[in-house]
Amino acid sequence: MLTLESLTLRQGSFSLTADWGAAAGEHIAIIGPSGSGKSTLLMAIAGFLPPASGRVLWLGRDLAGEPPGQRPSTILFQDQNLFPHLTLAQNLGLGLSPTLRLSSAQKAHVDMALQRVGLGGMGARKPGQLSGGQQGRAALARALLRARPILLLDEPFAALGPGLKSEMLDLVAEVASASNAIVLMVTHDPNDAKRFADKTVLVANGIASAPVPTANLFANPPQALTDYLG
Amino acid sequence: MADRAVQISPAFWLSLTIVALIGGSAAMVALRADSFALAPHDWAALRFTVLQASLSAGLSGLLAIPTARALFRRRFPGRDGFVRLMAAPFVLPVVVAVLGLLAVFGRNGPLNLGLAALHLPEVSIFGLQGVVIAHVFFNLPLATRMLLHGWQAIPAERFRLAQSLGMPPSAQFRHLELPLLRAQLPGILMMIFLICLTSFAIALTLGGGPKASTLELAIYQALRFDFDLGRAALLATLQFALCAAVTLMAARFTVAQGFGAGVASHQVMDGPSGWRRGFDAVMLAAVAVFLMTPLLGVVVKGVPGLQDLPAGIWYALLRSVAVALLSAVIATAAAVSLAQAVAKGQKWTETVAMLPMAASSLVLGTGLFLALHPFLRVETVALPVTVVVNATLTLPYLFRLLLPELRQIQQDYGRLTASLGLPPTAALRYVVLPRLARPLGYGTGLAAALSMGDLGVIALFAGDSGATLPLLVQRLMGAYRMEQAAAAALILVGASYALFWAFDRIGSHYADA
Repeated sequence: MLTLESLTLRQGSFSLTADWGAAAGEHIAIIGPSGSGKSTLLMAIAGFLPPASGRVLWLGRDLAGEPPGQRPSTILFQDQNLFPHLTLAQNLGLGLSPTLRLSSAQKAHVDMALQRVGLGGMGARKPGQLSGGQQGRAALARALLRARPILLLDEPFAALGPGLKSEMLDLVAEVASASNAIVLMVTHDPNDAKRFADKTVLVANGIASAPVPTANLFANPPQALTDYLG
Repeated sequence: MADRAVQISPAFWLSLTIVALIGGSAAMVALRADSFALAPHDWAALRFTVLQASLSAGLSGLLAIPTARALFRRRFPGRDGFVRLMAAPFVLPVVVAVLGLLAVFGRNGPLNLGLAALHLPEVSIFGLQGVVIAHVFFNLPLATRMLLHGWQAIPAERFRLAQSLGMPPSAQFRHLELPLLRAQLPGILMMIFLICLTSFAIALTLGGGPKASTLELAIYQALRFDFDLGRAALLATLQFALCAAVTLMAARFTVAQGFGAGVASHQVMDGPSGWRRGFDAVMLAAVAVFLMTPLLGVVVKGVPGLQDLPAGIWYALLRSVAVALLSAVIATAAAVSLAQAVAKGQKWTETVAMLPMAASSLVLGTGLFLALHPFLRVETVALPVTVVVNATLTLPYLFRLLLPELRQIQQDYGRLTASLGLPPTAALRYVVLPRLARPLGYGTGLAAALSMGDLGVIALFAGDSGATLPLLVQRLMGAYRMEQAAAAALILVGASYALFWAFDRIGSHYADA
């Protein structure tokens, strides 16, 4: 259970509040105009931005002061999710051991993860030799290896075409189900939300409102959402 | 953020060491100074130091403007080679350049032979003009590279706009180039002024005497010949105060990168034709001749001497290489550590890394001399002291070279590194060093070559045996064994560039993706 307890985030004059929770296995889309603070919310959960007030709790434990790598979350950024100078196997290996000291069992895990996302046998390649879709798969394979109970997606597939993107979302669902993870996914595209997320959070006017069932939200859009969708 | 304290501690200890070394040296010399009453010849040394540094900086800057401008607006075969030639003097050992300048401007050099044939008076390479010529030889290329960098930073669209509006070259200069010069030239001049204030080897070989002695040289003479510790300490205090004041002033100006890796030539634009084309050609040709003939002179003089190399040259070479490698590795490691701390947001570390700009070889040397000589014979620690001083003095250059690169790495991969929880050593090994390989190799090579060619503190500490190669060259020159000196200089310059080349290659080899 992830809980955002009277959370307030501040960056300069910008502020965002959130007060809600998410349960294991939930897929939640985060939608709203650009600059509304969708990414900021993810950064706070991932540990890159300390709250101005309030708390981020995991299973009742305050995560304040816990560095990003130690948190129960994996985050995929918009870009730079892979180190371009390391091979895929090394990039994935960092998900199992941040010092890259891998046992042979762990190496086998890496190969299996690559297999699972359709990149079998490509462990020796570097990210530059892959297509954008393949890079996204590799990043997801690492998330699979890390097996953290929260998966944060900051539009990592925004640059992919619609077909590839929906393929990726299927893969996300698969990866998340392996550890029954909560998925929080920032998106611009209402179709992503409808397709992937049981619930959706609307971020607008400095508030990240509590998740509501996606179908209900789009059936009965609040003013802020109609403004955004146009 | 529990491990943040652990992360910053190497940089913290390093900062403490640098502050202790420089502050300690300054305190040491200030405490040992006889009195703060300056004798007339001390005033003369101060005056000469400031005068030659002002002239050197002014001339270098003045000549660099048309040179950089010509390089910027002209495309000709060999242009890339010319730009590379501008980088060469920065790592050229001073004694080598001095030998070359002596070969060209000396009594029997081509210049004076030509003047004599025309029944014109002889030009002397010694004294003020010699010191200034040598400083221009080193700093004109540096200033040119920095300015060229600045020129290339002007967006091409702006030049196109100016041309589409039909602005004549004079108006382009006023509206596009003058603002650039106004922004960059003061910083460049200050930097060259500072470099020339602390110049020792040039003053030692081309200056000298009461009329042409810099503070650095006076410190050396007071310690080495008169063993007048009080006076040496006084002069060192004066030198430190002067450099610290100038460093503080210089810190207010921004300085472009000039010693960074290659200056790209992506901007293609046609310069104005007519007399301006001729002027640019003459300017570039003159600079090329000025920079290349001394180097040629060393080769011409030195090649015959290679058959009759002086005794002890291979040991001297070995010492120099050892000093260069050690100090380069120390300086680079320190620069990475400090620049990484700054890139992660620890701003005060930047001040510490630039602190050695205020120190000079002989000031640090005097401080260490005063601290060590009661306990041991200083010549026994000549090499370790040289390693420490060279590493300290090259640190600011490396720091400035690496900081922008580390900032970029932090910006691109800092969050990913943190989100995967890489501990500092793993981040260094798997993220920072591979991404940094190219500038790191280049910088280490630069530091090694600088240290290899350095003639400073070693002159203060070395005994009769135990000289490094630059010191050996200087001693041969002092004994008027010019052919042997030139031969040794050839080996020195070969070894310096070989070290530079080797590190640069290693860096490019490991840089990929």
